[in-house]
Amino acid sequence: MDPLIIADRSFTSRLMVGTGKFSSNQAMVDAMIHSGSEIVTVALRRVDIHNPQDSLLAHIDRGRYLLLPNTSGARDADEAVRLARLARASGCDPWVKLEVTPDPYYLLPDPIETLKAAEILVKEGFVVLPYMPADPVLAKRLEEVGTATVMPLGAPIGTNRGLRTRDHIAIIIEQANIPVVVDAGLGAPSHAAEAMEMGADAVLVNTALADTPDPAAMAQAFRKGVEAGREAYLAGLGQKRDAAEASSPLTGFLRKD
Amino acid sequence: MQITINGEEKKVPDELTVEQLILELDVSPEHVVVELNHDILAAHQFKTTQLTTGDCLELVQFVGGG
Repeated sequence: MDPLIIADRSFTSRLMVGTGKFSSNQAMVDAMIHSGSEIVTVALRRVDIHNPQDSLLAHIDRGRYLLLPNTSGARDADEAVRLARLARASGCDPWVKLEVTPDPYYLLPDPIETLKAAEILVKEGFVVLPYMPADPVLAKRLEEVGTATVMPLGAPIGTNRGLRTRDHIAIIIEQANIPVVVDAGLGAPSHAAEAMEMGADAVLVNTALADTPDPAAMAQAFRKGVEAGREAYLAGLGQKRDAAEASSPLTGFLRKD
Repeated sequence: MQITINGEEKKVPDELTVEQLILELDVSPEHVVVELNHDILAAHQFKTTQLTTGDCLELVQFVGGG
């Protein structure tokens, strides 16, 4: 499969995975392995000083996976920028999945605060992957300020509803000069395959794996879905038609005339 | 002395470095990021930064997320 290039780094896998909501660290690790992913997202939260847990990082092989911290929890640009800077201070690569979601019910990204934070973070030298509404105009504005990708949502986070925003994602894909990663709301390998068939460069899933009876098996299914979708896209999908077009000749029928 | 950690007031010894505090709390210094009075500390500063009364700390770490 052709490599995915983001900010001059090359990746074999076009499936990114999140690390949230797994029933155990082992379930998370197994899913990551079966997904074939090379980019995994993590969040930043206060340490519980009354009950400090084993660090998640102890379970993530940094030689195998690029850690992509997100700014989940940020309600505005200032909070997002603060989280990104904290993540960078940990010593990881200065990559950030920019996420600004003021409303906790739908967790939709704030377009204005996202653009504001993106501009600041790009200037500070971050590789910015912004989670965004499937808004083609916003996608161009983010590209103009220098983000490394755009990440339009398929449906609200964790809803497993698939490509509800497919028409606008199609426009974003058509117009973008940077990789388009469909992120959020994908719930089935068929959703991921469809995004790839449309020409998306990658997809990101979390709930679709974590919130299932067998995350490792589902991760493998998603891996195949993403690969199938990309191969189909590269091969060139057939045309959609209104009328039927027979697969066999319309002559030589064995019939009484 | 009285300091604030992650929004909670806590009484700690008068002579205390950031690193000592982290270890006291049973947290691993390699896995924590520290903000002291709204300034993010670099890891090499944990050992040399002395806390003073009224200091406000945020200790954060990576957790699962999408």
